[in-house]
Amino acid sequence: MTGKPLSAADYPLAEKRPELVRGGRGKHLADLTLEAVVSGAVTMEDLRITPEALLQQAEVARAVGRGELAQNFERASEMARIPQPVIMELYEMLRPGRATDKQALMNAAQRLREEFQADILATFIEEAADVYENRGLFTARY
Amino acid sequence: MADSPSYNANRWQRFSDWDKRPLRLDQFAVEDPENGFSAFSGAKDPKPGLAITDGKITSMDGVALKDFDMIDAFIAQHHLDLDVAEEAMAMSSGDVARMLVDMNVPRVELTRLARGMTPAKLAEVVAQLNAMEISFSYSKMRARQTPGNQAHVTNAKDDPLQLGADAAIAVALGFDEIETTMRVSRNAWSNAMACCVGSSVGRAGTLFQCSSEEAEELEIGMAGFTSYAETVSVYGTESAFIDGDDTPWSKTWLAAAYASRGIKMRCTSGAAAELLMGFHEAKSLLYLEARCLCVQRGMGSQGTQNGGIDGAPLASTMPGGVRELMAENLLAVWLDLECASGNDARHSESEIRVGAKILPFLIAGSDLICSGFGSILKYDNSFNPSSFNGEELEDFLVLQRDFEADGGLKSVEEATALSLRTQAIEALSYVFEDLELSTPDENMKRSVAVASGSDDTDSYLPRAVADISDQIKDRAITVVDVIKSLHKGGFIEEAENLLFLVKLRVSGDYLQTSAVVRDRKIISAINDPNMYQGPGTGYRLSDERREELATIRDVLDRESVLRAEAIYEPAESKRVSYHTRGPAEPGTNPAEVVIALSPGFGNTLFRTLAGHPLSRVIGELKAGIEGEGTTMRIVRCRHTADTSFLGLTAAGLSGSGVGIGLQAKGTAIIHHKERLPHNNLELFSNAPITTLEHYRGMGRNAAIYARGDMPDPIIVPTHGEALGARFHARVALTYAIETEMTQDGASPELIDVRLTEETS
Repeated sequence: MTGKPLSAADYPLAEKRPELVRGGRGKHLADLTLEAVVSGAVTMEDLRITPEALLQQAEVARAVGRGELAQNFERASEMARIPQPVIMELYEMLRPGRATDKQALMNAAQRLREEFQADILATFIEEAADVYENRGLFTARY
Repeated sequence: MADSPSYNANRWQRFSDWDKRPLRLDQFAVEDPENGFSAFSGAKDPKPGLAITDGKITSMDGVALKDFDMIDAFIAQHHLDLDVAEEAMAMSSGDVARMLVDMNVPRVELTRLARGMTPAKLAEVVAQLNAMEISFSYSKMRARQTPGNQAHVTNAKDDPLQLGADAAIAVALGFDEIETTMRVSRNAWSNAMACCVGSSVGRAGTLFQCSSEEAEELEIGMAGFTSYAETVSVYGTESAFIDGDDTPWSKTWLAAAYASRGIKMRCTSGAAAELLMGFHEAKSLLYLEARCLCVQRGMGSQGTQNGGIDGAPLASTMPGGVRELMAENLLAVWLDLECASGNDARHSESEIRVGAKILPFLIAGSDLICSGFGSILKYDNSFNPSSFNGEELEDFLVLQRDFEADGGLKSVEEATALSLRTQAIEALSYVFEDLELSTPDENMKRSVAVASGSDDTDSYLPRAVADISDQIKDRAITVVDVIKSLHKGGFIEEAENLLFLVKLRVSGDYLQTSAVVRDRKIISAINDPNMYQGPGTGYRLSDERREELATIRDVLDRESVLRAEAIYEPAESKRVSYHTRGPAEPGTNPAEVVIALSPGFGNTLFRTLAGHPLSRVIGELKAGIEGEGTTMRIVRCRHTADTSFLGLTAAGLSGSGVGIGLQAKGTAIIHHKERLPHNNLELFSNAPITTLEHYRGMGRNAAIYARGDMPDPIIVPTHGEALGARFHARVALTYAIETEMTQDGASPELIDVRLTEETS
């Protein structure tokens, strides 16, 4: 993105800044028509949110004083590049007692960095690992 | 009353009456802070406090850093804004409480301060507000200006045809969001497709969620059937959180996962969840909920479903429990979260308690007033009965109309309702056939179209639904397949509407705080922020919206009253005729009773409020009067329509000095010429419950008065009917018709009333 950060004035982006909005395979919003769906030109892939769109929404959220919501969108932006099974696997690992030692989470963080360049998510998992260690959450529950 | 009353009871029988009230099905509990039964003052609630050393939190609400549980740690890391914390924590809670109800303090100033307050501080502030102040503050602090509402759409059979039809109705009623869940969990995909198709009928943009197991819910979302989720639960104690099989970090992960798939998400928390789960730590409902909400803000959730939720009935057993539910909703909006404000799980069997609970939210407005208004019948609600359900929907519409308060809903006309249901059923049936999922027959479709609830349908049963659901899942059918199928079947508008909804996820505009769709446009806390700053500001009804709220079923007007009367005219004309015989003269016969009729009697108005033909009323009076050997004479007044003056006029003309005044609506009076206007002999004011037998008794009594004796007054017994509610609109319209017919100074005229055999 270039120029000044997006703000409330740019929102909703689909109305105010449609030129910035792209589907999962790069199509413009205006091209996501019923005819295109029927012809098969538009698929589910085109109807996905992109990492870029999530960063744009993060900018808007931050501009209206919602820093934590912006961070959520930034985490989501990294996740948008990660396949569903991996997301669910890591979710499961973050649940209490699933990882039985800190190293398992640290390894997951490393994988996020290396495989998906997901630095924000990796840091987030490392933070969880510290708390889980302090609170004895590495005990299997079943 | 018993058949043979016994006076040996050992209690005042009123208590037995009270025992029978629905209220007495509700359980109430004593306040017991040690055992978690306290709304505002838990035995172990901490005092607010925050210590920061070298830019790092070293203790919070009385807990040192090294003793932080995972919730403390998360709040310290993700909720507290250290740029604001010192300023905010130093303020007196009383001062902040006053700022919350001060219309001159902008919302954004308060949401800024909340970012620097600990859970105990936030709780201490809102605890100072009484119920009215909480409601007022909520109205000022909620994030989006335009209020909205959310429906449950479920049924006891997981019948997809009914889900489709009921979803279409929920859309027509104006719900911004609809939520489904299943009786049988493997039916999730069928429920999702059915509601998704149904919600595309009539209007685009109603958001939809299918509440199911976390991983499956995300998958259904990724297949495009759903557009939001609110099953991300958060708890206020570490043990409850772990018992819920999550941590603030795992939930934050899930929150981001939804956003990464372009699905709107809010968290869920509510009073008494920890108490129900057995991990309350002797802390109050409000303090624990403050912790939940700080966690949610820290997670970056745009919003919350809170206000008791499943714990609302338990919270409501405690003194101040309902006020606490309001207080936690206020905390949510003060923390700048979208709030789907509970009013969901029914907290009472008492309709009065339910109505009272909804009112503060209705008049304050809320992002989603109910986080699950049962748009279906109670027994079809797979979550549990809601505060308001299909049964009580019209009560809610009338509350909106009464208070001119926008609860997000509007009426649906009968014909429209049936055609929307049929359209949804046809659309879904076509998709089912086209995708080779199932072929519903005409009987199934018809039964669902007209059924109020699943008890009355002859449609799919859970076993067949599971089959459909498995196929959708196994064949990886997506919303794109459904859109194509709708298009192929000629359901173009539905296909367009569904595509509109799925396209929302591309820009992600609806991921922002408090986003819903109105008129095919996203409105949220960003482009429709709540700017309340006193009278004349904030959300106000537009003329169009006011008209929508006013439009309910079966409303009376002058024309409808006259039309209804006109229907009775032909039948009355066969039973009676009225012939004017010139000016009425004072009578000389001491054995007569004069009846004075009101101006519209028998010429414009033809039946009493009880529905008796006026000819029959005259017939009964005549029989009563003549049965005592007395003569009846009838006059018509045009100078007044008032019962007392009709009666007094009749008495003045009567040879006996006794007369009857009779209005067309059936109100009647026995008067004597020497009495003051409002000091009559007998008054029959409750026309709606006055029987023909009473009129006969009235005639008889008038005759007895006429000969100077004292009869037993006629008592028209009431059974507590709210007669004003039932009849006063018609009374006022009817009476206005009569008063308009009056002419000042007009003299009474003698009337020859001829009753046919049938009447006399």
